[in-house]
Amino acid sequence: MKSLLLILVPLVAAALAALWPWSRTRPWLLPAVGLIHTLLSFWLFCDPPAVAPGAWFAFDPLARAVLPVVSLLFLVCAWYGVSYLRIRSERPNRVFIAALLAVLGLLSAGHQARHLGLLWIFTEAVTLAAVPLLHFNGTPRAFEATWKYLLVGGTGIALSLLGSLCLGYASLHGGGDGNLTFVALIAQGAGLSRPWVLIAWVLLLVGYGTKMGLAPMHTWKPEAYGEAAGIVGAILAGGVTSVAFTAILRVRAVVAAAGEGATADHTLLAIGLFSMLVAALFLLGTRDFKRMLAYSSVEHMGILTLGASLGRAGVAAALFHVWTNGLTKGTLFLSAGNIRRAAGSASMDDVRGMNVITPRSAAIFVTGMFAVTACPPFGPFFSELKVLRAALETGHAAAAVMFLGCLLLAFFGLTRVVFGIVDGRPRPAAKVGGRRFSETAGVLLPPLVLLGLSLWLGLFLPRVLSDAWLAAVAQLYPTP
Amino acid sequence: MINSNLNLLIGLAMGLNLLALGTSRLPALIRAMSAQGVILGVMPILMGHELDWQVVLVALATVAGKGLLIPSLLRRAMRTAQIDRELDPQIGFVASMLLGAGGTIAALALTHQLPLLPEHSGSLLVPGALATVLTGFILLIGRTKAISQVCGYLILENGIYLFGLLLIKAMPLLVEAGVLLDLTVGVFIIGIIVDRIQRAFDSLDTRKLTTLHE
Repeated sequence: MKSLLLILVPLVAAALAALWPWSRTRPWLLPAVGLIHTLLSFWLFCDPPAVAPGAWFAFDPLARAVLPVVSLLFLVCAWYGVSYLRIRSERPNRVFIAALLAVLGLLSAGHQARHLGLLWIFTEAVTLAAVPLLHFNGTPRAFEATWKYLLVGGTGIALSLLGSLCLGYASLHGGGDGNLTFVALIAQGAGLSRPWVLIAWVLLLVGYGTKMGLAPMHTWKPEAYGEAAGIVGAILAGGVTSVAFTAILRVRAVVAAAGEGATADHTLLAIGLFSMLVAALFLLGTRDFKRMLAYSSVEHMGILTLGASLGRAGVAAALFHVWTNGLTKGTLFLSAGNIRRAAGSASMDDVRGMNVITPRSAAIFVTGMFAVTACPPFGPFFSELKVLRAALETGHAAAAVMFLGCLLLAFFGLTRVVFGIVDGRPRPAAKVGGRRFSETAGVLLPPLVLLGLSLWLGLFLPRVLSDAWLAAVAQLYPTP
Repeated sequence: MINSNLNLLIGLAMGLNLLALGTSRLPALIRAMSAQGVILGVMPILMGHELDWQVVLVALATVAGKGLLIPSLLRRAMRTAQIDRELDPQIGFVASMLLGAGGTIAALALTHQLPLLPEHSGSLLVPGALATVLTGFILLIGRTKAISQVCGYLILENGIYLFGLLLIKAMPLLVEAGVLLDLTVGVFIIGIIVDRIQRAFDSLDTRKLTTLHE
């Protein structure tokens, strides 16, 4: 029941937001729903419900291992959203708030879907619900970014439907009775028709990989993240990508049950490393600090995928990384949003000396950058270390070397852009242009809280969290 | 059940693919696409299963959506955008037709390698689906006008629907979920119309979307 509330509360609130007549008070719906959602999901986290094996929806161990961080990220972003929407009071916020709440509800549904078809339906619905979020600024560039997001993302999602159909046919060919829950598909195991399973795996990996933003299907990401508001970027990068990642994990378990686990792992390893490499190279070239965050997100999706290919320890490390990356990326997106607003541009060519203009946001941005490039003692350092250890333990020394090389390149790329905009003398234009941006507590505390959470995950990782990740691994690898 | 009428219709749909690839006129492209939509719509009724309300519903929704509603929306978008030709595509018309024809042959060859249930062997559903998906891809990649790309997306979706017909009895939910893709198309077209009203950029030439290029 509580697990259904995770879906229903945000969806009902979205409808309420669409009907709410007062624009000034409407943004408060965001933190209110965020708080209820976070309380519910941590309650469920501490007291996990029994899962009926054939259930189409459930707060199962995998949902338990990922969904709480999505709630937490949403809550902090919602808090930031109140201040952000006050600053942007010239734009109508009705559709934006309704869409944001709908995205939260649909994400919760996608994370809890234990049925191949339902999982697809909710991923598609999230894709559509996010469209108004990207279009919020209403500029031609925002329109362009939305178009690209829909075209690339829509094609990806269409391919994942084709993949789901192929997996369905694999089951039908093997004598399946049309039951498409993941439990039933795994139980069918070697009975699934192998050629169809392989075709399905390729299509589903490409499809959900597009949603995650794995290279070479990442082309929508720089545009979308570059143009979207910081809060939207944070939720897309930390929340929406995670549902696609767990989708890939769930499908991988089916493919492994059909006896093609090794093939699946090889493809995951290759596409993960390729994404890291592409992202690292683009990071060395980009001159826009919001697009930089998009490429950094591609890199971290690569790390997740690499982790997913490395067996039990690797998947546990990847789930850890979902948490650390989501929270740290949130810090970066929100503080970058502040800097972007104060500077009036996101390009290194126009922005300099932000440590004078917005000293506090710049400090958070720089610290967040070090956190996300895996400097100890922040969370990403430990999760990436676990991925590295999993790679070495499973005998993937070459992959481990490439992993470290890409991290190093990405570090160069990120520091180049970040210090480029933070240091130096401010441009005079930045100081005059229009209303000055003031660093209020409402826009500083949320990214700071996320940074604190990232530090906390690094220093005092609670036992119960790592146990939750191991429980999810046990669900994904049913036979020892 | 091998149904020769069904194969005839699939053959027609595959012919329409080539027509869509070879034309430079947007009204012809939209016509080919909507004809394909109607053909796809009547297929579930000819599948030889006894008719139940779910199959009839899928058929009706498909004819109404793919055959009538979306094409008429697209024509409206075309009028507001005041274009009716794809002038210089990334992949030429002859080249795309050859690619499409090659793809169709490859799809037929590939299908021979795949294990099919006895009732589906001899049916053109699988090669038809693959060829149509490929056609959609060629249009998505090879055309520059937003409206042609939307048509490409729809044809891609038609291919997925064709494949779905294999499963319509066993897993109707998965096939019906495809309706959401039509919704995506709806969002695309609304996007074009809204954009024309805002007049954000001029000729709907997606190559003009270059402000954001690296």
